[in-house]
Amino acid sequence: MGEVIKVGMADLKVCTVPDSLTTLGLGSCVGIALYDRTTKITGLAHIMLPSSKEICNNSNIAKFADTGIEETVRLMKAKGAKVSNIVAKIAGGAQMFAFSTNKNEMLNVGDRNVYAVKEKLKELNIPIIAEDTGLNFGRTVIIDSETGIYTIKAVGKDIKEI
Amino acid sequence: MSKIDLSNLDSVQYDVLKEIGNIGAGNATTALSKMLDVKIDMKVPKVQLVDFSEISNIIASEEDIMAGILLYLEGDVNGMMMFLLEVDSARALVSSLMGKPVDVSKKGSPDFDEMECSALNEIGNIITGAYLSALSDMTRLTIISSVPGLQIDMAASILSVPAIEFSKIGDRVLLLETQFDADSSINGYFILVPELDSYDTILNSLGL
Repeated sequence: MGEVIKVGMADLKVCTVPDSLTTLGLGSCVGIALYDRTTKITGLAHIMLPSSKEICNNSNIAKFADTGIEETVRLMKAKGAKVSNIVAKIAGGAQMFAFSTNKNEMLNVGDRNVYAVKEKLKELNIPIIAEDTGLNFGRTVIIDSETGIYTIKAVGKDIKEI
Repeated sequence: MSKIDLSNLDSVQYDVLKEIGNIGAGNATTALSKMLDVKIDMKVPKVQLVDFSEISNIIASEEDIMAGILLYLEGDVNGMMMFLLEVDSARALVSSLMGKPVDVSKKGSPDFDEMECSALNEIGNIITGAYLSALSDMTRLTIISSVPGLQIDMAASILSVPAIEFSKIGDRVLLLETQFDADSSINGYFILVPELDSYDTILNSLGL
């Protein structure tokens, strides 16, 4: 087992065997693990918002589903990955706080993030082979470049490998 | 166009924001102190602009379990307010409110039963209400808060909610943080996250 590299909020990183990538405590954000099954080049993006087009201040491309995924794929390609070999596993997009009157669109940002991620991956022809999204709890995720296993930990729940 | 530039606050704006934190949290702490009948010490509030990547590290480690109580603000000031407690502090508060000893076997555990959650929600309601009414009195602005929502989970996942709200306007979060201690067993934080326009409203109302 190599180094475990941390990906922060609105951040993305790419690694190769034997390292793995992790992001801690995903809430409504989505952690998109991209994995090239041949070269084992691995990417992880931690996005906060669905689209860079809705926001004026969009200089941090890792913050958005659309630009964040594009950039991760670009970095993976630069290391030698092939888009046709890349598969995706996604986690997060929870609705952390439940309110009885759900008039604020902000509350559904988790759902909107997941939707935006799926749309972008579809556009790039990257299949989603596993997901653990939605509901109302935080998740810590680790993607292992050796095996492509995406491990998900949540408070008071069993560790899940997808 | 908003007048305030969050990445470039002048010292007066900075002091005013700090004072808002001070008065709001002072009022909230008094309410809490009365409710529990204990002495509570409040730390000098901090105002800081932090990167997303740091936000959860400043308060706790990303995976530390915390109880978060979130309210949406409407009226003259829009945004959200969050009251955060370390999980053991939350348990100590609840036990103290319900007049029962702290169950040491549950140290660090995120499990709260329905009654305890309800008590925690009520504590959140009372102290955030006290915070906001101080802010409202000071600025003479109308601030309406939503019913509070409660979540007990990893710090980073709870903090992602105000962080996402902030991410729409910038890459950094303005953290108005006040910490308090009661018999060294309770650590809590208030985070006020007004929308950008609401900063102007608040500062204008105070003559800035």
